[in-house]
Amino acid sequence: MSISKKDVEHVAHLARIRVAPDELTRYQEGLANILELMAQMQDCNTDGVEPMAHPQDIALRLREDRVTEINERSSFQKGAPLVEDGLYLVPRVIE
Amino acid sequence: MPHRHSLTTLRDMLRQREISSSELTRHFLDRIARYDDLNAFITVQEETAMASAQRADKHLSNGEYGPLTGVPIAHKDIFCTRDILTTCGSKMLRNFIAPYDATVVERLADAGSVLTGKTNMDEFAMGSSNETSYFGPVRNPWNRERVPGGSSGGSAAAVAARLVPGATGTDTGGSIRQPAAFCGLTGLKPSYGRVSRYGMIAFASSLDQGGPLARSAMDAALLLKCMAGFDRRDSTSMAHDTADIDGALKINLRGLRIGLPTEFFDDSVNPTVLTRVREALAVFEELGASLVDIALPNSRAGIPCYYVIAPAEASSNLSRFDGVRFGHRSEQATNLQELYEYSRAEGFGEEVKRRILIGTYALSAGYYDAYYLKAQRIRRLIAQDFSKAFEQCDIIAGPTAPTTAFGLGEKTQDPVAMYLNDIFTNTVNLAGLPGLSIPAGPDDSGLPVGMQLIGQFMDEGRLLGAAHRFQQVTDWHQRAPEGF
Repeated sequence: MSISKKDVEHVAHLARIRVAPDELTRYQEGLANILELMAQMQDCNTDGVEPMAHPQDIALRLREDRVTEINERSSFQKGAPLVEDGLYLVPRVIE
Repeated sequence: MPHRHSLTTLRDMLRQREISSSELTRHFLDRIARYDDLNAFITVQEETAMASAQRADKHLSNGEYGPLTGVPIAHKDIFCTRDILTTCGSKMLRNFIAPYDATVVERLADAGSVLTGKTNMDEFAMGSSNETSYFGPVRNPWNRERVPGGSSGGSAAAVAARLVPGATGTDTGGSIRQPAAFCGLTGLKPSYGRVSRYGMIAFASSLDQGGPLARSAMDAALLLKCMAGFDRRDSTSMAHDTADIDGALKINLRGLRIGLPTEFFDDSVNPTVLTRVREALAVFEELGASLVDIALPNSRAGIPCYYVIAPAEASSNLSRFDGVRFGHRSEQATNLQELYEYSRAEGFGEEVKRRILIGTYALSAGYYDAYYLKAQRIRRLIAQDFSKAFEQCDIIAGPTAPTTAFGLGEKTQDPVAMYLNDIFTNTVNLAGLPGLSIPAGPDDSGLPVGMQLIGQFMDEGRLLGAAHRFQQVTDWHQRAPEGF
């Protein structure tokens, strides 16, 4: 199983991780080795087997639709890199 | 030398006022400082620990105590601790002060324990050697040139070096059991849903479980009872009584059927490891247990299956680290897209990035069926293998890892070789079952060998009980590394 440099760039874009041109080969090799490992799954016959997403084959419980949490915005924003007036700041999106 | 005593003994000594929590906490803090070359801790909470020890002493002098009043412990740095640095071993969170406590942290504090600090770990729990930590590798107290295992390597090294009598860990594919094996400890990965994941920084949500690293099954049982139980803040938390665990410590092993999967005893395992495990099994037989051969035919597929599912879930969970709300933010971004890409490129280490990329790939259009769905189908086969095996036996036993602790740097250049460490542990996470690693004696160079016991869903009582009986007639768990 191989993976092209272009595939690595595409996946890095989907994952929003900048991969520098000089790192590309290393990631390509690393991912190719893991894909080779993953290819071993093909030895396993899974015809007619239902996928299992979770160890508990049960529906998640529901709770009453009621406000239970208090507003802790200022405490949560203490760790934010950049805030102003209770808002998270990011580079300009709309010119 | 109070650090020689077990956690349970120390708790009793505190209650009988033979030692104060202030003395004990001071003693352990001094040891943490003295052995800081192990790099087991990321943060040491000296002041708050001493203050909480003094509060514990006040309670103890009034005869008021909880299950762990005054006992010093440490938390893996994956658990959020209010007002205390919580890094998850990553540059991404190197300055993150958690605004709330994880349920596990809250419960162990309510039980009266004293938090000495936060332990080192593989970055975001992704690793089997503690070498992916942004804060540097942890050294194994049994041999400083060896790894302590991972990802809970700091907790394991700390307990093995007697820097604390017990610590928390988390286990997604073996991250409690493998370091427990490498450091000669008793480490339990509970059944999925037994211990709340609230405030435990998520790696792979359908596999992650918190649990104890301790020096004996009895100590692990005590910590588990304090950590476990239903939590409404974790949507997969299960209401399950832990009262059975005390009773289980008294079980008789007569008639206990121990299943030995042929797949766990093949020539991929180091021969000395197999010898120690077989010797330990002979002890179980002397105690009245019977051994039965069983098969887990799909266990080989466990590694590839796990290394699709865990990275896929991780790629989704770690998307929250975007440089906006918390964590590292790049200085070189000129637009929002770059802010995400550079913050993540700079904040995550190489192994974490590799897993996010592979997970993203497995979930991406055109590959989803071939990788992710295929892995989920294999996951069901693995779970069914265990159910079938448990028709013939009560618990399953085998080695925890194929080798003892390997050398620092030995496997860092080969991710796939590192992944193969989890071969006997990660199927247990895929099936959601409890798994316990206990020491089974040394290899030829004196490094501990770990033996794994796997139980049926929510049957950790029987695992702890069987291990406790074994530890009553053996003393491997009492061996300390030289110089500690």
